[in-house]
This record gives sequence, C-alpha cells and structure tokens, in this order.
Amino acid sequence: MLQSAALSSRSVGIEIEGLVKRFGSVKAVDGVSLAVEPGEFLALLGPSGSGKTTILMAIAGFEYPDEGRIRVGGEDLTWVPPNRRNLGMVFQKYTLFPHMSVLENIAFPLKMRGLGRAEREERARAALATVRLDGYGERKPSQLSGGQQQRVAIARAIVYKPRVLLMDEPLSALDKNLREEMQIETKHLQREIGITVVFVTHDQTEALTMADRVAVLDQGRLQQIGSPHDLYETPRTAFVAGFIGETNFCKGRAQGAGVAGQRIGVTLDGGDVVEATAVEAVAQGAPVRIAIRPERLSLGDPATGLAACVEEAIYAGNATTLLLALPSGQSIRLRVPAGAALASPAVGERVGLSWRVEDARAFGDAA
Amino acid sequence: MSGRPSRWLLGGRHYSEAASLALAAPFLILAFVTFILPLGSLLHESLFLPQPTLAHYERALTEPVYLRVMLRTLRIAASVTLLTLLLAWPLAWLMARSSGLRLAILVASVLLPLWTSVLVRTYAWMVLLQKNGVVNQLLIGAGITGEPLRLLYTEGAVVLAMSHVLLPFMVLPIFSALRGIPEDYNRAAQMLGASEWATFREVIFPLSLPGVTSGCLMVFLLALGFFVTPALIGGPQQMMIATLVSQQVREMLDWSFAGALVGVLLAFVLLIAVAFKRAVRLDRFVGSA
Amino acid sequence: MSAPERTRPSRHAGRAAIGAIAYAVTVFLLLPTLVIMPMSVGPERYLRFPPDGFSLRWYAEYFGDADWISATLFSLEIGVVATLAATVVGTMLALALVRGRLPGKGLVELLVIGPVIVPHIALAVAMFLVFEQLRLTGTLLGFAMAHTILALPFVVFTVLAALYRFDADLERAALSCGAGPLRTFRHVTLPLIAPGVVSAALFAFIISFDEAVVSFFISNLDRKTLPRKMFEDIDYNVSPTLAAVATMLTLLTIAALVGSHLIKSRLDRRARAAGS
Repeated sequence: MLQSAALSSRSVGIEIEGLVKRFGSVKAVDGVSLAVEPGEFLALLGPSGSGKTTILMAIAGFEYPDEGRIRVGGEDLTWVPPNRRNLGMVFQKYTLFPHMSVLENIAFPLKMRGLGRAEREERARAALATVRLDGYGERKPSQLSGGQQQRVAIARAIVYKPRVLLMDEPLSALDKNLREEMQIETKHLQREIGITVVFVTHDQTEALTMADRVAVLDQGRLQQIGSPHDLYETPRTAFVAGFIGETNFCKGRAQGAGVAGQRIGVTLDGGDVVEATAVEAVAQGAPVRIAIRPERLSLGDPATGLAACVEEAIYAGNATTLLLALPSGQSIRLRVPAGAALASPAVGERVGLSWRVEDARAFGDAA
Repeated sequence: MSGRPSRWLLGGRHYSEAASLALAAPFLILAFVTFILPLGSLLHESLFLPQPTLAHYERALTEPVYLRVMLRTLRIAASVTLLTLLLAWPLAWLMARSSGLRLAILVASVLLPLWTSVLVRTYAWMVLLQKNGVVNQLLIGAGITGEPLRLLYTEGAVVLAMSHVLLPFMVLPIFSALRGIPEDYNRAAQMLGASEWATFREVIFPLSLPGVTSGCLMVFLLALGFFVTPALIGGPQQMMIATLVSQQVREMLDWSFAGALVGVLLAFVLLIAVAFKRAVRLDRFVGSA
Repeated sequence: MSAPERTRPSRHAGRAAIGAIAYAVTVFLLLPTLVIMPMSVGPERYLRFPPDGFSLRWYAEYFGDADWISATLFSLEIGVVATLAATVVGTMLALALVRGRLPGKGLVELLVIGPVIVPHIALAVAMFLVFEQLRLTGTLLGFAMAHTILALPFVVFTVLAALYRFDADLERAALSCGAGPLRTFRHVTLPLIAPGVVSAALFAFIISFDEAVVSFFISNLDRKTLPRKMFEDIDYNVSPTLAAVATMLTLLTIAALVGSHLIKSRLDRRARAAGS
C-alpha cells in the first residue's frame, strides 16, 4: 500500500446550496442543498431524469447553475471552468484517449499541470500500480478489457491528487459479475487514499453497497440523504420507500389525527383496520399509504391478523415469496426466509398477516 | 429451383461461382474496353514504339522543360492540399458540432459545390478574377490597389480555384473523423486540467488525423492529375502535367511521349495510393447527407 | 478577496474564432457559383456585378443557338444511357461482390476503384487513343461507355453500403421459403436497397452530365457534349451566355440533390416499414 500512500490527498468536503438548473421550462435540479463530508463516499441515486447527473455536471463545471452555489473545501467553484477546478472524474464510458498509451493517458493530467517527463512517468507508474495494472502501461486502451479500462480511468482521475473524485455511472458498462467485483475494489481504493467521492448511479444495490451515505433524488428534488441503513429502515418519503428495496403499499384513511412518529389507526380500502406509524403529520380522515417490506410481514392464524389468501408461492432458494390477495383485491408480497421453521402455506389457503407497528410506515397520500 | 434452396446457400453467400461471374461479366467487359485496353495501349505506345525503349521516359525525366512542369505540378498540388486543409478543418469541426437545420445548411454548402460541374466553378472563378471582375472591383473599392491587377493566369489563381474545386474532398473525411469523437473526450480532457487549446492540441486534432490523412491524400491525388481548372485559369507559365499531356496528344501528336508522361504520373499516383491504401475511402463522398 | 463573479466565464473565444473561419469558408464555397446567377441576367455584353438591369437575352441566345441545344441534347442522351448502364452493371457487380463467390475478388475491387485513383487525364488520353481506332470518338456508345466506367465506382460503393446495411437473413428467409435467387432479389433485396440504388443513379447522371475531361478528348467536331462546348467557349471568351448555362446547370444540380434527398428519405421510410 506504499503506492497508494503517495496518492492520498488532503480530503475536503463539498457544499451545495440551493442549486437550481433549468433546461428550457423544465427544472432539472430544483433547489437541492447537501453537504459531502471530507473523505466521504456519497452516492447520488435516482431514476433517469431525477437530476443526479446534472448535479454532478455542475460540480464538475460542465453545467453552470441558474441559482445556488457550489463550494469545494470552502472555495466557491460555482463559476470556475472545469479545467481549473482540480477535481477528478471517471466517466460512464471511461473516455480513455484512444491515440495515447495507457501510461500516456495517466500522465496526461500531469502534463497539463506542467510536470517534467521523468516525474510524470514515475507518478503515472505508481498510479498504475495502485490499480494493480503494472506492466500494462505501454498498451493502447483498446487492448484492455472493460474492467482494466475502468481501472486505468480511475488511475488517471486520481494521479494528480484531486480534491474530490466524481464518478458518473462508471460501472454501468461492465457485466454483472465484474461490476460487483469493481464495486468492492473501488470502495477499497477510496478508503485507502481517503478521497472524497461523489458517485452517480441509478442502481440502488450499487449505491447501498458502495456509499457511506446515499442522496436519493426524484424529479430534481432531494428526497432523503442518509446511510443505507437509514434509507431502508426509515424512508422519509413514499418515493424513497418504493425506490429503495421492495415495498408493499396499502391505501387507506387515517382514523384519527397524528404527528410524525405517532401510532395511528388506518382503515384500509377493504374495510379492515390496521395500525401503523405516521411518518409525517396526518389529519383525521386524510388519505394515507402504508409501506411495509415483504420480509417484515408475519404469517399467522386467519382469525388473528389481516386476512389474506395465498395466490402464489415463488421459491427462490434463500427465501420463498408469497403473493397474497387482500379482501380489497390488492395483491401484496410476503417473504419467508429459507430455513424458518414455518411451513409455507399452500396456494389457496387463508392466512392472517401481522407486523410490528414500527415496520408499517404511513405516508400522507396526496394523490 | 424452388425445391433445392440449399444449393444457393453456400456459406452465407447465395450465388454460385458461375452466377457471380455472370453478374460481374458486364463490368469486366466494360472495364477491359474502357480501362485496361486503353491504359495498356498507351503504356505500350510509350515503351515499345517504334521498338522497346525507355527513351521517352528518359526525356520526360531529364529535360528541364518537362522537369519544371512536373515540379510545378507537385508544388501546386502540395499548396492546394495545404490550403484546403487549413480551410476544411474549421468547417468540418463546425459541422461535427452542429445538428438539425444548421448541419443541413453546412452539409448542403459542401455537397452543392461537390456536385456542381467543375467547368461551372472554374468559369465562375474566371469571371470573378478577370480584369474588371468582382475581386478587382473589391480590391479597388477597398483602396488596396489603384488599378485592376492581373489575377488570371497566375499560379495563385490556379491554386485558389483548384482549392475551391477540391475543398469538399477534404471537408468530408475530416467531418466524418470529427463526428466520431464522443463529446466526453472533450469533457474528460478539461476535467483533467487541459485548457481549450490543450484539448484541441492533445486530443481533438490527433483524433481527427485519420480524416486529415484521407482528405490530404484524395486532394493531392486529384490535384496531381487536374486538367480543366489549370488549363483554363493558368497560362503557359502555369502549365501542369495534365495540360502538357494534352498538348503532346493534340498538338504534337506525340503519343509515345504522352504515354511516358502518363506512365510517370500513374507510377506516382499508384505509389502514393498503395502507401496509404487504408486512407482511400470512396464511400465518404457518396450520399453523405 | 474579490466578490465571487456572477457572470458565466467565457470559455468560447477559441471556438468562436474557428466558427467564424468555418462560416467564411462556407461563403467561399458557395459564393463563386452564386455570383454568376445575377450576372447571367444582366443586359450588357460583358459581365458585371451587380448587373445594370434585367434581361433574359442570354438565356434566349442559348435556346436559340442550335450548337448549344444539340450539345445539351447529346449530353442528356449520354447521361440517360450511362446512368442506366452504370446503375444496372454496378448493382450486379455489388451483388456478386457481397452475395457471390467471385474468383479474384481483390483484383475486381481494385478494378472498380481504378477510375477514381487513375487521373482522368490519363484515362482520357488513353481512351482517345483506343476509341479513335475503334471509331468510337464522337459516338453515343463511346461516350456512354466512358461515362459508365467513371460513374460505376460511386454506384458500386453506394449499393455495397446499402447491401451491408440490411440483414442477409431476410434473403436467407426468402430462399428457405422456396423463392429462387431471382425472385428473392426482385421481392426482397431490391426493395430494401432501392434508396441506395436511386441515389446512386442520380449521382451517376450528374457525373456523366458534368464530365469534362474525357469528353474533351473523345468528342469530335460534329458530336460534342455540353461540357465540351462550354470548355471551348470559355477558352475563347467569357460570354454572358455561359453565365446563363452555368446558372441553369447549378439550378439543375440543386434540384438533383434535393430530389435525391426527398426520394431517398421516402424510400428509406418505406424500406424501414417493410423491413421491421
């Protein structure tokens, strides 16, 4: 790890304040504020059109915001051109220059910074060693595999010790196995050199695997920012609950008013009354949506819980997923881990569903 | 035939050897009568008439009058190549960064001259460059010169008009090379600290080189054998090899010497074409719209 | 420390300069041909820009001159024959190259590209030599053959591109359905490559109609093409009649380019609709 020590940089934080970016009449980013801690790995996660890439491009300097500020290490970079920001970036398709050798690619940013030939080569070789590609320096990028090109792209982005590393879906071009391997490898590398990383992805598993914290975006707005655990256990919006992991949504009306965190009774559309935890303040009779994870539902006697009928059982090795029909006709999923002493009920059997009140999260439902 | 399709499905190719030959036969006959036989006869004329001799080639390559013509031809072809390159690169770059209506207009401005008769374009330059022509009017109007300049029948006029005629052959291959460079390369270079100029010098220009080579080759080869424009716009002082060949055939009736000149020209052209075989891409000039 | 700048930094100076040069080059490309047009309607015997009036007398002169008209008609005649020949021969050859098993394929390909690499002056003089002996100078057959070989490379490359673009499995499907090679070509291949063939034909016509070098040599005194007639007239005097002819030729080229684009996009749509 000697080589990576040579690459470690004084890590700095990023502050984004009230960022707005319009494309014509569309607000691609709509008032996003967030702070990235020094040395943190932050993932920007969202579906396409959520504004995650636009935020990254604004940090990189390829988009100038209509409103708001971007500070890196306390320095206002909002209007600084990209080549003077001293940030590193790994692109979706690696963008290694095809007419340069691997080593020339890695030395390119050093050349742009006016370093002498000998020092350029020495540092480029060290960076190549950090990504475990010693001996590949003389090859052309096209002679490397996708994963190797990816590693070269990372080496090129960190060789000049940038203050921050930006990554724009860098693993999306790799096949599944390689992608999982590279996720862990990238994460290790980031820890070793201690650089601050902002990583854009639409893949929630990737975000949860790699990031210290994840910022979930939808339609240009920041939905929630927090650790993978927080996002999964305590989603603050219905969008986050649905986007991260698998969730059942049941519609109903609040029996009484409640504030955030309070237990409330909810009358489901089918007429049953259940208990849930309010995520936000709800008024009496207001429409709500309850989100419950499939693995947090328990099976019981039909007389004791929410009555349901088993429609399908899907065996998947590590777990069995049951498709259940509620009296309202709605279908929900329940997951029984393999090895649980319970025998799976047969198709057509009637069961009762129950859950811990903390696991049923009630969101106000405007729609 | 319908019962035995397998006969026609040999290795993914549908036609047998005999059928293929039959399809190619009209071309082969035509190519023999209009290409192989004529060039063969002409070279035969230069080498074997009246008896086997290299005298005609020796004359072409040693007599100062003819050597001067050949050197001038090379010089003009090189100047035209350089000038078209300087003019074509910015236009190709702008085209590569354009889309929609702007791209359509730019492409049209290249394709229209490409497909307009060389005679029409040469004639246009003669009109523009004549003594009381538009260019002289402009020069006098701007106070650059007091009386009309003699612009026609100068080497500069030949180079200018030939560059105009050959410019599309330079623009299209460079355009196609630049078009293939993803915008992300530009961004990556800037992200890594390259200024606009450094991005151009280190990334964009090197990546356009295959197109530049291909364009230079096309223009240089075409310029070497160019006939119409130098014959009309140049005077005797600007004679290029094509005009010399024409003169030998039409005025001197010296077929053997004309054949030797053509032989020299062909050897030169073929040498360059073979050396840069991969850069000769004809398909770029057809239907590039 | 100065207050942060509110305005966007300008990083477009270099780009703006290259863009300005590019537009100037566009003007350089188009202007000479376009300047001729207004000059062709001037009333004076010498060409002026801008013209001092409007008159169609030079167009009338062209249409009233038997020499001009016969040269034009001869060029049209040659153009039609050469276009048909180049399109048919070129398409057949392209099929043999892609779908056939042609012995000596590399040599044939060299032969196709030959007329592009070999300078036209060499071809012109060489053809002059042989055509004199074969009594082909000044004949429709001679011109048509010469123009066909010159236009062929463009047809072959256009059709080759069209053939490579479409899925050969479609042909295999037709063959396996029991259609013979001829019917497969007629009902599957031809409709799919039609856009390429049509634009190739139009370009072949323009090449033939504008061809000046070979025509210059294989014409004789009483049968000459329009470019040959223009060549002679330009050499003697820069008359306004020529400006009228040049204008008409330019307009014809524009019409052909626009026409080719329209036909091609229409056939393309049809081929896509049929293909998918």
